[in-house]
Amino acid sequence: MTAPANFEALSVESATIVTQPSTWARVRRNGSVRLGGIALLLLLLVALAAPWLGTVDPSLFDPASRDLTPGETGQITTLEGETLDHRFIMGSDSFGRDIYSRVIYGTRVSLIVGAATAVVALAFGILFGLMSGFLRWLDGPLMRVMDGLMAIPAILIAIALVAMWRGSLLTVVIAIAIPEIPRVTRLVRSLVLTIREEPYVEAAISLGTPTALIMWRHILPNTVAPLIVQATFICASGILVEAILSFLGVGLPPEVPTWGNVMAEGRAQFNQYPHNIFFPGLFLAVTVLAVNILGDGLRDTLDPKMAKRV
Amino acid sequence: MLKFLFRRLLSTIPVLLVVAVLVFLMLRLTPGDPAAVLAGDAANTEQIAQIRTNLGLDRSIPEQFAIWFGHMLTGDLGQSYYYKMPVTTLIGQRLEPTLSLALITIVIAVGVAVPLGVLAAWRFGGALDRTLMGFSVLGFSVPVFVLAYVLIWIFSLKLGWLPVQGYKRLSEGLGPWLYQLLLPAITLSVIYIALIARVTRASVLDTLGEDYIRTARAKGLPEVKVLMRHALANAAVPIVTVIGIGVALLIGGVVVTESVYAIPGLGRLTVDAVLARDFPTIQGVILLFSFFYVMINLLVDLSYVFFDPRIRY
Amino acid sequence: MNTPAPILQVQDLTIALPKGGDRATAVQKVSFTVGHAEIVCLVGESGSGKSVIAQGVMGLLPKQLPVTGGRILLQGEDITHAPLTRLRELRATRMSMIFQEPMTALNPVMTCGDQIDEVLAEHTKLSPAERRGKVRAIIEEVLLPDPERMMASYPHQLSGGQRQRIMIAMALVLEPVLLIADEPTTALDVTTQKQVLELMLQLQRKHGTGVLFITHDFGVVAELAHRVAVLRLGDLVEVGSKHDVLQRPQHAYTKMLIGSVPTLHLHAKGSDAQAPVVLSARGLAKTYIDKGWFGKARTVHAAADVDFDIRRGQTLGIVGESGSGKSTVARCVVRLIDPTAGHIKLGSDDIALMPHSRLRPLRKRVQIVFQDPYRSLNPRRTVGQAMVEGPMNYGMPREKAEAKARELLKLVRMDDSALDRYPHQFSGGQRQRICIARALMMDPELLVADEAVSALDVSVQAQVLELFEEIKSRLNLAMLFITHDLRVASQVCDFLAVMSKGRVVEYGPAHQVFGAPQHEYTRALFDAAPGRDFDFGQAGAAAA
Repeated sequence: MTAPANFEALSVESATIVTQPSTWARVRRNGSVRLGGIALLLLLLVALAAPWLGTVDPSLFDPASRDLTPGETGQITTLEGETLDHRFIMGSDSFGRDIYSRVIYGTRVSLIVGAATAVVALAFGILFGLMSGFLRWLDGPLMRVMDGLMAIPAILIAIALVAMWRGSLLTVVIAIAIPEIPRVTRLVRSLVLTIREEPYVEAAISLGTPTALIMWRHILPNTVAPLIVQATFICASGILVEAILSFLGVGLPPEVPTWGNVMAEGRAQFNQYPHNIFFPGLFLAVTVLAVNILGDGLRDTLDPKMAKRV
Repeated sequence: MLKFLFRRLLSTIPVLLVVAVLVFLMLRLTPGDPAAVLAGDAANTEQIAQIRTNLGLDRSIPEQFAIWFGHMLTGDLGQSYYYKMPVTTLIGQRLEPTLSLALITIVIAVGVAVPLGVLAAWRFGGALDRTLMGFSVLGFSVPVFVLAYVLIWIFSLKLGWLPVQGYKRLSEGLGPWLYQLLLPAITLSVIYIALIARVTRASVLDTLGEDYIRTARAKGLPEVKVLMRHALANAAVPIVTVIGIGVALLIGGVVVTESVYAIPGLGRLTVDAVLARDFPTIQGVILLFSFFYVMINLLVDLSYVFFDPRIRY
Repeated sequence: MNTPAPILQVQDLTIALPKGGDRATAVQKVSFTVGHAEIVCLVGESGSGKSVIAQGVMGLLPKQLPVTGGRILLQGEDITHAPLTRLRELRATRMSMIFQEPMTALNPVMTCGDQIDEVLAEHTKLSPAERRGKVRAIIEEVLLPDPERMMASYPHQLSGGQRQRIMIAMALVLEPVLLIADEPTTALDVTTQKQVLELMLQLQRKHGTGVLFITHDFGVVAELAHRVAVLRLGDLVEVGSKHDVLQRPQHAYTKMLIGSVPTLHLHAKGSDAQAPVVLSARGLAKTYIDKGWFGKARTVHAAADVDFDIRRGQTLGIVGESGSGKSTVARCVVRLIDPTAGHIKLGSDDIALMPHSRLRPLRKRVQIVFQDPYRSLNPRRTVGQAMVEGPMNYGMPREKAEAKARELLKLVRMDDSALDRYPHQFSGGQRQRICIARALMMDPELLVADEAVSALDVSVQAQVLELFEEIKSRLNLAMLFITHDLRVASQVCDFLAVMSKGRVVEYGPAHQVFGAPQHEYTRALFDAAPGRDFDFGQAGAAAA
């Protein structure tokens, strides 16, 4: 029995194709992406424009201007020895440094640490995840090591590593990135394992496509979306952990203007001078919030199934 | 079921072993002479030489590991040269405050987060749902110590309802003990609540989309019964799982919270040990925390037996 | 004469779809009735709206799919916009529903007994002991052995057929007047399907239940229905008695649909038994060993001792139910799975146990088309890129590969503008044709089709099957066609192998196997095919 000639006219096929707006368009339209994205962009601008936002060199101090409350004017001594009048918008710390300048310059550190952590964690995580997914013999031992790494709470690893290596930007970034690597590895590995089962990958195998090309062409592109989402959350985590480390005194050296350092310095006088804690704390919270909101939006548009993955 | 239990128990061993190896390697990766590092900045050459023989630092690395591991199994975590006492004693002193804080936090967190998450999922898209999601993101974003200071400012300094810092032992009475721990526990619980509420909501939502919920409704059951008897029982596993995984967050938070609230627990000990570069203590604390974490997750996995009959049979 | 009032009356029912969909309504102005003790089959392809109607009657539709017009009357009562409390009273007591996937439709953490008991507890005032008695009675009535054990079991401990019987028990325990069945046997094996359908008929006759049976399988319709209603994209295009609709269809769409259903009658094909053998299998086996703890190993013979020959220009079909090993064999032939033992001779090469490094040049000669058209193409690559991938792997320059792609797209009756488009811009049937073209790019000697039409609508299926026929004769290909659908097998296969539990139980020319099956399993299989004695309207094809 042959299919009748009027099949095309009667078929329900063409009627059931639904066209969707492209992924990129959907991402751009999402409210969370916009909110988080714009906030981050503003913070980035602040970080870049730091020298021109009414700040002074964050390491400058003046004993005469110690512990000023927000809004007070005082003196500041420049590197050349000049003494200027300066309005301490956010007050000053116990050394006489301008909190406002330190907070604004602190934005740089936080954004750099966040981005760098994400990049390092992603790079190694992808590498290990691909290896684990493709090399069966390596999978078992590698995942045990990752499990062991995940069993140690991240802060403890970071603290211990910084204690060992002394704090500098590089060591802090690596110390924060290392605990994040297992999660990325797991994600990439599970993605590789599921995508490998897809018929289009099997088709590629039977078409004679070599394994490396399959990885590059069929598997990796379909992992990009979940990895982008993961990257934003790692970035948020990195900014937070750096602040915690600095706050505890085990992060970047105290002269470096990071939000955590400012808060660490001002801890002792919290009762009388809370501005040491509140201003950097506010910036910290807002930045991490922005990244998290952006990540939520990206996840909702790019990878709604992520919540179920380990 | 037995197969599941056995397999799960067995799989803990390699993990603990990896943790031991990683902790062991930590010391070896520090620049400088491990013996000198262990002895601390105030040691003399005799002490350093003694440590060297004690730990067999002149032997090969695998042998060193065997010695160290052997010590650990017998409960000897080494000697803290900074505090001048065995690490185990040190830990023993600081255990109660941390356990107390953790316990109260978990009780608060689970007690608040699970019902909220369930309600948010049930009234999906409603006001409670959106508020909860909003607070959840906030909870993840505001760092524990910032929140701590905000709460101290409001409730201790301005309103004077709760003490600013310090810890009272249980032996001094349940009331004072609770009173001191309330603010720290609330602070620490916020991030835990954010996580659990989110996952609870997602899990219940997932479950509510399953086919057997449609069947339950088709049988004419009222929504409350559908939720309680059909949805919750199936949503339990991911919720319990995240409570276990969230303990890692808890531990991280404990370190900071104890620091801010001046609670003499293991968290404070960790920070002080790191600042003093007291390696035996650092290693001891990390081992302990990791062990707890692995054990709690093991318990969680074993509890699946109660929630999921597919594992039982 | 006093005819009893109809149980269900659907009048001009219109249900809207949320904004942004491909059309405004899921169903529009649909009217039909279900009478006392009558079975009405609602048939249609994807997007017809049949499931929406079923759930609409029960009041189970989400807020996004509101009833915007028409009425639903259950025994004369207008329940279209009835409050939820009233609907809940009616559910299970007057109208019940059973669903397609018995595994997911039952709560995995409640015993089967409790799930049936729940219905009684909610709607009656019986004591627990009385309820228990009723549960036991209904389980016996659905012909499940050992009721006590069934009641204490969890769904995952039962087979698919048993689970569906539990669902039926749950639905009928309070003897509703209307039973709505939404594709209840689609997920079951053919032999299980037969048992469940028989059970439903039996119960229906005994209780006088009106049944609204949703399906896309015309064989089932032929077996069960008293009356048939045909839906197309939300419109009711035809309704009438079974014989009228299936044998004398009026509407063009119905005619086309009926015309697309493959028949089970076989005429001897002129297959040349002397054509050269392209691929032959001897003693092909695939064994899985699960090394338990304490040395207790579980061995599963997915395929054992499989022999067959495939000749040029001919199609060998492998039929069987789930777990028969047919898919395993197909994937062994294409070397997506590595066989444990045996020989697969492709010309002079034995590819069964060949290491992967030596396989590459030989892969060209055997190509495969998979079951799910929605997962067979990488969503991030254009059709053109997907098609030239194969030949370019073996050194063909891009321009030559693209030219060939154009040719082959024409062969599968697709426009070559498809080359620059992405898979999501095509329907299931179109994607399957693209996959066929992709396979042909390699100039294979053997084309394997692994349930390649099972996921397609009946009309689309007919088209793709016709395409396979055309390709086979034009290119003088050999084909290995895996399917669970006997009708499809009877249409395309020259030779047939019947598999059960990993072994080939019957093998021979198709018309012989169909006409005079030797093995009892084959006989049981054919016997179970629904509507096999029914003569579908030949007039449908003639009018096309």
